[in-house]
Amino acid sequence: MLEQDLDRRTQDPEANFADIKPPLSDEYAVVEANRCLYCYEAPCMQACPTHIDVPEFIRRIGTRNVAGAARTILEANALGASCARVCPTEMLCEGMCVMHHMDMPAIDIGRLQRYATDHVMKHDIQVLGPPAPPNGRSVAVVGAGPAGLAAATELGLLGYQVVVFDDKPEPGGLNRYGIAPYKMTNQEARDEVEYLRKTAGFTLKAGVRVGRDVTLEELEKEFAAIFLGVGLGSSRRLQIPGEDLPGVVGATEWIEELRSKPYHEMKVGRRVVVVGAGNTAIDAATEASRLGAEQVTIVYRRGREEMPAYEFEYELALKDRVDFAWFTHPVAVLGGDKVTALRCQRMQPGEPDASGRPRPVPVPGSELEMPADLIIKATGQESQESLLSQVKGLVLKSGKVVVSESYQTGNPRYFAGGDCLNGGKEVVNAVAHGRDAARSIHAYLNGKGA
Amino acid sequence: MADLSINMAGIRSPNPFWLASGPPTNTGYQADRAFEAGWGGVVWKTIGDPIVNVNSRYGALGYKGQRVMGLNNIELITDRPIEVNLKEIREVKKRWPDRAVVASLMVESSREKWHDIVKRVNDTGADGIELNFGCPHGMSERGMGSAVGQVPEYTCQITEWVKEAARIPVLVKLTPNVADVVYPGLAAQRGGADGVALINTINSVTGVNLDSLVPNPNVHGHSAHGGYCGPAVKPIALNMVGSLAHHPEFKIPISGIGGIESWSDAAEFIAMGATSVQVCTAAMKYGFRMVGDLIDGLGRWMDSKGFKTIADFRGLASNRMRDWGELDLNYRIVAHIEPDRCIGCQLCYIACEDAAHQSIRLVEGSRVPRIDEATCVGCNLCSLVCPVPHCINMQTRNGQPVKSFKEYVAAGEAPRGNYPLHEGDEAYL
Repeated sequence: MLEQDLDRRTQDPEANFADIKPPLSDEYAVVEANRCLYCYEAPCMQACPTHIDVPEFIRRIGTRNVAGAARTILEANALGASCARVCPTEMLCEGMCVMHHMDMPAIDIGRLQRYATDHVMKHDIQVLGPPAPPNGRSVAVVGAGPAGLAAATELGLLGYQVVVFDDKPEPGGLNRYGIAPYKMTNQEARDEVEYLRKTAGFTLKAGVRVGRDVTLEELEKEFAAIFLGVGLGSSRRLQIPGEDLPGVVGATEWIEELRSKPYHEMKVGRRVVVVGAGNTAIDAATEASRLGAEQVTIVYRRGREEMPAYEFEYELALKDRVDFAWFTHPVAVLGGDKVTALRCQRMQPGEPDASGRPRPVPVPGSELEMPADLIIKATGQESQESLLSQVKGLVLKSGKVVVSESYQTGNPRYFAGGDCLNGGKEVVNAVAHGRDAARSIHAYLNGKGA
Repeated sequence: MADLSINMAGIRSPNPFWLASGPPTNTGYQADRAFEAGWGGVVWKTIGDPIVNVNSRYGALGYKGQRVMGLNNIELITDRPIEVNLKEIREVKKRWPDRAVVASLMVESSREKWHDIVKRVNDTGADGIELNFGCPHGMSERGMGSAVGQVPEYTCQITEWVKEAARIPVLVKLTPNVADVVYPGLAAQRGGADGVALINTINSVTGVNLDSLVPNPNVHGHSAHGGYCGPAVKPIALNMVGSLAHHPEFKIPISGIGGIESWSDAAEFIAMGATSVQVCTAAMKYGFRMVGDLIDGLGRWMDSKGFKTIADFRGLASNRMRDWGELDLNYRIVAHIEPDRCIGCQLCYIACEDAAHQSIRLVEGSRVPRIDEATCVGCNLCSLVCPVPHCINMQTRNGQPVKSFKEYVAAGEAPRGNYPLHEGDEAYL
């Protein structure tokens, strides 16, 4: 197994990035679906932020009503196809499966969901809609990521004329530019957007940056309401000397590059150091490993217990031979015309801080240098403050948009959802926001408050 | 290890497991393979004037991804000459003297025809004869098979003809396609049968192909009803075997057939009164090797229960069969959920709420439902739908003396509705 992993890290990147959860065959899907008990008020359904009726859609797969299964999924979660691939199901639906209490493996909900949604997308079967007759009103959606697409789909089905703006060359947001390719490919992200566009009839304007190419005033003139699903901005700076040397990149930007060009054009170097131990850090580390880096090390100023990454992501990194340097804090990037090393300092756990976790305290005289050809910063992202601060009345708190229960911002015509609201959570959380915000916009525009 | 040998109406075999008459017992080659695998007996595929079959011949019912829960066939009796079959029986019997070889027969309903074939079988060394009065498709249209078995007078008459000529035990194989199997069973006994075998297959259509809208199996665009067998028919067969075994006038041995796939199925049939058991569909699905577990499992179970011979437990369950009117109306049980075993699926709740007596409550903040004993009628549904063994147990709550419907009626009392009043119900009784 280890030898295989080593081969994989040094040879064909296309194979290295193959699907880690391959699709189910028809027969496997039916057998797996029939393991499901069809629980009443099922815990899996409650665990899903979009509350997909999981037992119902699985039952439909079991009866070979696969399009009907997809309908059950997509009614609750328009981005069911991407969630099937990228959701941390172990933490959500599958984590709550009652099978665990019988010491049996949870139902493979994620892959069953993928089976159903793949089916309707592959065969171009529309299971939602048709949209309500045009109601003559229009809504702008800023950001074609999961939150924006969910909102646009919901609004389109309600009869609104919806225009989705996104500054990237292609729509999809993080599904297109941020997810690890072994979870979701570019083509899958494109197919999903195209399917939803057919479902709900919204207009996409990719490569258009709101606030630059089109102003908020123009949007306000043209649209009755505006949904902000703008996500987060650039990777946070480490605020240490040498940070701007060539060879130091932000994780978000680096992954975006990875998803934008052929693997062989990615310069990964021999030794890669990733700063931070969240799920994005794990993605960057495993991707660097799969691109062929010989040594990938994650440095984190706290310990293993405090690591924000999910356990299964951590295990994935271990399988990809990623090393973890716990209680290690970067203090300076070293190098001449490009990076050569990261100088770090050992830390030790101190008194609990505001988060309740032990505060990492420097160990005096413990500095060390980690040779590096590439340093990837994965310690979070900035907010989209430059755009958001232009919205009159909109309030930001710690960079996050403040909204009412109905996702309405301080400016009543603006609603918001997704990462710009919660600081960066799962795709499924963004979808729930987008869907619910769309319903609030509908209520607001019909004079029912929001 | 327990002694599994049996003597079924004079037919002896080292274990009670016989292959039923059908496709697995078509040739001497197959009989040899079956005996090598360990089968105690083989009932030869029905011998008579050779027929021509159609293609295809089978339909099957799957359930939740599992194949062949029920099987249906429109195959007829043997398509090989009588003399070839009889020659092979003779050879097989020579090679396997300790095993039971039973010749299944079906000819036109004339005394002469029956005498002729029975006499030819007498000389083969076969241990017995089984009269196929059960085949429900094809042959019945020609006045044979279930066309005989459905009329007790015919059953009795032909059995008498056969007994006139037979020098070996005669079993009558009964059709389940009757209102009450007791009548043909008693008719066979009246005709002198040494035993009966049941059930034969049940009239059926396993399904419809929703693309072509042709029922299964498809014979060039059309279909015909067939005979149903396999695990799906076991409950029907158990009832029929039990109702004969339990009948006070029925005295001859029974060979039990119908959906037997495991040693426990076989044990149930014997407990319901069977002496030998016959298997066909399971052997068609898994091959003859499956007999290994039948023998081993039955022996182990008998050892665990202290049964030394098959006769030790034969009929113990059929003895417990009663008319409904003789059951104790005062016996009261209620459901009890073991919270430590409960996995929180709440299937018991929704089954009771929608389909029973609204006697299970959801509990705020917990996935473990609660039984409302006051309204629980002890129907058992919750414990059946519960996916966890021993999670929902039915507990007795007795107090009143045993009294059946018949006893109530005999005492001049008429038991009336006992629907438990729920909170908010008007007192309407």
